[in-house]
Amino acid sequence: MAERPLSPHLQIWKWGPHMLVSILHRITGNALAFVGLPLLLWWLGAIASGPAAYDTFLGVVGSIPGVIVLIGLSWAFFNHMSSGLRHFVLDIGGGYEIETNKRWSVGTTTIGILLTVAFWAAIALF
Amino acid sequence: MGQKTTLERYGDKGTALGRVRGLGSAKSGTHHWLMQRFTAVGNLLLVGFLMISLVLLPNYSWITVRGWLAQPVPATALALIMINTFWHARLGMQVMIEDYVDSPGNKFGALLLVNLAVIGGAAFGLVSIARITLGTV
Repeated sequence: MAERPLSPHLQIWKWGPHMLVSILHRITGNALAFVGLPLLLWWLGAIASGPAAYDTFLGVVGSIPGVIVLIGLSWAFFNHMSSGLRHFVLDIGGGYEIETNKRWSVGTTTIGILLTVAFWAAIALF
Repeated sequence: MGQKTTLERYGDKGTALGRVRGLGSAKSGTHHWLMQRFTAVGNLLLVGFLMISLVLLPNYSWITVRGWLAQPVPATALALIMINTFWHARLGMQVMIEDYVDSPGNKFGALLLVNLAVIGGAAFGLVSIARITLGTV
């Protein structure tokens, strides 16, 4: 890389909700790719391998650290889903006005958390 | 089209920007972008189906989960999830690598690993689903 002056970056800008929703979209997407998908494969592989392998899987994801990871992954999914839907709106040219953009940045992040709570409440209920 | 491009005028000298100026778009950039959107919509439907199914399953015992997954519709959904989510993840990880990995060698290596991993992962998932659906475990 050529040594050139760098443009001002994270340290210079005042943080706003649009920056949070942007970096959360990237973090949750990569968490789903690096942790969620391998876990999904382990689940399928364990089901295919038989009851003993499946019990090993259940023992790990059913432990307290395992459940914390599952809750984190479900939040990653719902957060990525709701900020992804925000991207579709931005793609068609909507939601760029500062107040609207701010409102939906906070909105989609909040919706992601609410859906996670609703998901686990539904699992407990049904 | 009488106007010469920068490349025609100055040959391949100059900066990277100068060399591409006047050539128009790369013509292939929209494919990545579109596929990211198509697979996003697919994920919305497919993973949505999976999450609702996980809520509705009466329990998570091997018998229950295997019996559910052995049916045609859940098996089809999971098979599509293997293709669609890994494809979407591959596109997303590629963008992350392109943003954060600067040296061309490391970038090439990282993209190579991502491509191998997602194809291997999706294949493993599909084989597992085939075994659950067709096999006699």
